[in-house]
Amino acid sequence: MRRVALKIIHYGLLLGAALVFLAPILFMLAGSLKPDARVLSEAGSWRALVPDGITLENYRAVLARTPFWHYLLNSLLINGLIVGLGLLINSLAGYALARLRWRGRDAVLGAVLAILVIPFEAIAVPLFYQLSLLGWRDDFSVQIAPFVANPLSIYLFYTFFLSLPRELEEAARIDGAGPLRTFFTVVVPNARPVFASVAIVTLLFYWGLYLWPLLMTTGPAVRPLPLGIATFFTLPPLHWGQILAFGVMMVAPVLALFLIFQRGFVRGVASSGLKG
Amino acid sequence: MKRTPGKSARTALTDNATGWLMMLPALAGLTVFVVAPFVLALGMSLTHLRMGSPLGAQFVGFEQYLRLLQDASFQRALINNALFALGVVPVQTLLALGLALALNRPLRGVAVFRTLFFMPVVFPMSLVAVVWILIYAPGPNGLLNGVLGALTLHHWQPRDFLHDPHLALPAIMLTSIWQGAGFQMVILLAGLQEIPRERYEAAAVDGAGPWQRFLHITLPGLRNPLIFVVIVTSILSFRVFDQVRIMTQGGPLDATTTVVYQAVQSAFDRAQAGRGAAMAVVFFVIVLAITLIQRRLLRTEREVR
Repeated sequence: MRRVALKIIHYGLLLGAALVFLAPILFMLAGSLKPDARVLSEAGSWRALVPDGITLENYRAVLARTPFWHYLLNSLLINGLIVGLGLLINSLAGYALARLRWRGRDAVLGAVLAILVIPFEAIAVPLFYQLSLLGWRDDFSVQIAPFVANPLSIYLFYTFFLSLPRELEEAARIDGAGPLRTFFTVVVPNARPVFASVAIVTLLFYWGLYLWPLLMTTGPAVRPLPLGIATFFTLPPLHWGQILAFGVMMVAPVLALFLIFQRGFVRGVASSGLKG
Repeated sequence: MKRTPGKSARTALTDNATGWLMMLPALAGLTVFVVAPFVLALGMSLTHLRMGSPLGAQFVGFEQYLRLLQDASFQRALINNALFALGVVPVQTLLALGLALALNRPLRGVAVFRTLFFMPVVFPMSLVAVVWILIYAPGPNGLLNGVLGALTLHHWQPRDFLHDPHLALPAIMLTSIWQGAGFQMVILLAGLQEIPRERYEAAAVDGAGPWQRFLHITLPGLRNPLIFVVIVTSILSFRVFDQVRIMTQGGPLDATTTVVYQAVQSAFDRAQAGRGAAMAVVFFVIVLAITLIQRRLLRTEREVR
């Protein structure tokens, strides 16, 4: 009897917490599907969280009033290249640090670990000056290049390669393969989980990046989604239903990825955390 | 890359050229985009450099730092960041710990709950900020005002959260907690699952109650993940920018301004390069101090290389 009561309390607490966590998301989704005028008038009641009188009018208006597809393509291009190039460059670096013997390796490893503690916000303003002096701004490359080499990614690869059994690599080396060929033919196929985790952690961080493109870009031509919504939100006339619809469309790709690859997300986050 | 048969049997080869070759792209990137601006910031903060001014960089020693520490807005920013940490760190850590403990049981539906709690983490902060502006809408029509009204049987006087000097910073804190708690929960949950079951079984045999088990097994077992979560949340509290820029622009009356917000302002709006660089350095010193505390705390447990 007491067991059952405890279980009910336990579930009750979890459901309460879940409602609090879900409320803003439901609010966004329900509001985006309502006639625009009702978003504000119903915001103070339980109706705020319930979609009824469903219409796609807000979504149509967003696509008509804003260059949404353009922002989305910019985001996909920028993040695709940050993640793709980052996987290549940082895995090579992690492997060189974990497995190869070369003069200066320990010093470089120490430097990477030291750089790990410099948060991007400490770099952003000086880097803005540095690149402005070079006249490099307002294009795609300036939003990609600074983030490709990533000390956290290098560190995650490094620890993973350290824990990989050596036998396969040794066999390849005895067969006469050099370190590069060994890496691409033997190590990479056996390191899929770490590649997935690093890709996810990278995407999670850079998909929402706002400060850097705000500093470095001006027009919608090269700006990504986070600036898209911040700009749309300041454009009169203010239509909250449309702003929420923009938000739903903006988060949909990452949310879909998250729901499909949930395990990878959680594992990636936990591994980046526990190794801190 | 063929090697002579005699050499290939030795696996402990030195790969000087290849090692550097594999390291080079990443090293070049980190040098140009992290080390260089960092060194530049240290140098610039000792000058009167202004962007677009023909005067060039005049060396002024630590004057920028002295001025900063006397600057009322910057003092306010430091205080706000500290308040942010004092508010967010305990609340978010306890919330994340509570959720992790609740989910660390063989219950049906645990996976669904874990997904729900983690979901806000994948929301970009710019979007979260915009949605919460609407949640904080003033008057009885705002969602939060409506909820508080319903909970207090309409004794709640509707507030304009984001324009109230006393409520604006707590409002931004609440938004940040909602967005970040799932991240800390996942880390603590991973930590909980690493505590060996035998310890609990042994304690149960010894007749320890649930509270004693929590105090003597769970908490010590979670020591490192808890330290990590507290430190990371403290650092994040000093990195706050997006929410402030979008929700309040640092107002009302600097009530929500932060160190990073000030640095971006001085860089962007007034082209005071020396001053902005000095702010970046101060910000880095704070983060470094928090990081060193973490290293010290964790080193007692295991050697962090």
